[in-house]
Amino acid sequence: MNKISIQNFSLQYSDGTESLRNISLDIPANQITVLFGPAGGGKSSLLRVLNRLNDLADVIHQEGKVLLDGEDVLSPKIDVIALRRKVGMVFARPVVLPFSIRKNLTYGLEVAGEKDSDRINGSVENSLQQAALWDEVKDRLDDPAIALSGGQQQRLCLARVLALEPEVILLDEPTSGLDPISTGKVEESLQGLKQDYTIILVPHSVQQAARTADLAAFLLQGELVEVASGDTMFTNPRDQRTQDYVQGRFG
Amino acid sequence: MKSSSHHRYKQQQFGFSLLTIMTFLTIIPIAGVVIYILVLGAPAINWEFIFGFPRGGMREGGIWPAIVGTFYLTLGTAAFAVPIGIGAAIYLSEYAPDNKATRLIRIAIINLAGIPSVVYGLFGLGLFVLFLQFGTSILAGSLTLSIMTLPVIISTTEEALKSVPQAFRTVSISVGATKWQTIRKIILPQALPGILTGVILGLERAAGETAPILFTVAAFFLPRLPSSPLDATMALPYHLFVISTQVPGMPIEIQYGTALVLLVFVLSMNIIATTIRSRARARRQW
Amino acid sequence: MPREIRETLDRKIEDHFKVITDMGGIVEQAILGSVKALHHGDMELAREIYKKDQFINKKRYELEASALITVATQQPMAIDLRILASILDIAGELERIGDYAKGIARIAMRLGDQKPLKQMVHLQKMAELTADMLHRAIGAFVELDEKTALSIPKEDDQVDILYNKVYQELLDLMINDQDNIDRATFHLWVAHNLERGADRVTNICERTVFTTSGELIEFDRSDDEAEAF
Repeated sequence: MNKISIQNFSLQYSDGTESLRNISLDIPANQITVLFGPAGGGKSSLLRVLNRLNDLADVIHQEGKVLLDGEDVLSPKIDVIALRRKVGMVFARPVVLPFSIRKNLTYGLEVAGEKDSDRINGSVENSLQQAALWDEVKDRLDDPAIALSGGQQQRLCLARVLALEPEVILLDEPTSGLDPISTGKVEESLQGLKQDYTIILVPHSVQQAARTADLAAFLLQGELVEVASGDTMFTNPRDQRTQDYVQGRFG
Repeated sequence: MKSSSHHRYKQQQFGFSLLTIMTFLTIIPIAGVVIYILVLGAPAINWEFIFGFPRGGMREGGIWPAIVGTFYLTLGTAAFAVPIGIGAAIYLSEYAPDNKATRLIRIAIINLAGIPSVVYGLFGLGLFVLFLQFGTSILAGSLTLSIMTLPVIISTTEEALKSVPQAFRTVSISVGATKWQTIRKIILPQALPGILTGVILGLERAAGETAPILFTVAAFFLPRLPSSPLDATMALPYHLFVISTQVPGMPIEIQYGTALVLLVFVLSMNIIATTIRSRARARRQW
Repeated sequence: MPREIRETLDRKIEDHFKVITDMGGIVEQAILGSVKALHHGDMELAREIYKKDQFINKKRYELEASALITVATQQPMAIDLRILASILDIAGELERIGDYAKGIARIAMRLGDQKPLKQMVHLQKMAELTADMLHRAIGAFVELDEKTALSIPKEDDQVDILYNKVYQELLDLMINDQDNIDRATFHLWVAHNLERGADRVTNICERTVFTTSGELIEFDRSDDEAEAF
């Protein structure tokens, strides 16, 4: 069963950048799907459509369907707030809210109107465990989140998403500002998380795409050039353009 | 080679010295004013001066009603200017679309800031005192002063809101908060120190203005303190003007004493504002 | 450095090691079985081993493909990279040793009912030595045990000594007893295959040392080679 089904989706911004042309892509559940390609290819845009964060941008034309569990998320009848809890996002630069570590995690539940304090407190530990951060911060949950290192902050951002018990996790170049060890920790966390969540990742390098992809989709200037399993995409891609990019001959 | 860099070094020294001199030139007048008023006005300051009523055609006694009046006016100005100003700033910063209407509003606000204070006074006279029949009153004075203060509050509040990183808004929306929740829980609290600073500076200016209150609220002499917003009142700036120009034989200390009180009032508001700002900067979590 | 950061890579390497170990076991059995089939004239066993070679080849190509995927998708460095390069090489060596066993099985089938010569005893011994060396060499590789890998190649000398002995005896036999040239020649081929098999085990040990130390050492070959020059 495909978790997300993008059908003939096209998008144009008012300034003409990063548009998408007739994208059709099925994203399976409980796998890591990677959207990779050179800059400006539309990967981030596509990601932001999935949680309707794109609504904040200046879009002049949009058509097609994006189905999540069979429902079109682009329909005006959709509860966008609920969608954003179901489909969480981790951004490129870790952005922690100006609160304590604990409050960063409870913020999402608070704005959702969650009152049960047991549930709220439970989610703090649970999400930090899943993000492999619990041991490092369990004694200082009330310290300001800004005091954490870059890698820890990014894992906090991941925990923040997990606290809302989403079904899909979107990650937009999540390790681009991190050192190699932190990058490795995040990548390995994803391997564990995919058992319970559907993960869609825009990697910051072809190597990261190769290390993490179960399914890989190559986007070039708004066009979906090729989709293949991770093993195939990086050892034997079909399209010449994919081949050139994967080999590092352009980008 | 050596002489060229030596020459440039000397030039830099000269430049820095010039800048340092300029800075001191700025401080000297300010220091001068404060010291002058302090020296001449201090002899007048005593308990009776602060808390007593004027006597003998204001040549003796105290300035308590003027102090109280200025206080009420500041409060009144705040009551109107703060909610409207902050509300407008939130709208302009977070909600307003980038279209002609918005740009028109912004131009209007900028122009408001440029209007001379005496023109405000006349406007207040016409609208609040006469047309709306509030009469010469604290109400009319506060309304006039608040219109004058609005541009300052709106622009400093907007600055404060804009200085909060955009990333916070994005993150908040992405976890499913509404725009208003984001503003209420994150943006406003983080912008608060900046907003407060702006409000205090705006109010401090309102407290010290003479022209707007000239026609709208100020009374030459009142034997009693004002008891309702529709009463007229004495006020420090006007009182200072009056006793310095309208009353023959006014003792020097009384004049400078009054000026000193006004100065202290304004300067302490300044100090409060600066303290809030520097404390907040130190504790800022971004 | 905590290894759990490259769990995926480690897991893949473990999987490849398992395949190498399994392959090694099959090839071991093939060597021993083919010589046994020759010894006892067991046609069925010979046929079985002959057919099993296809399986060994298939396993080799699968392992190569999957090791390549690991290299492409995991970007291994340093010792991880050398491990994968060695896996590719050793898969090939195992496949060729398997081919030797297949060759011996074919000879067994051609010999048919004919009784084996008395040199069979030496051939049996050679097979046992080679199979045992192979077993331990593969074990040393997957354990990255440099010490064991350095010690095994010396045992190749024993195999070479036996080979020379068999060679001399069979040559004498052929000169003196022209009726048995056919049989003797078959036995010679078997001896040759077993000697080459043992050499390949030495290669596997060289690869293991390369993996752990980064240096490719060549172990001394038999005296024959030294004599040839």
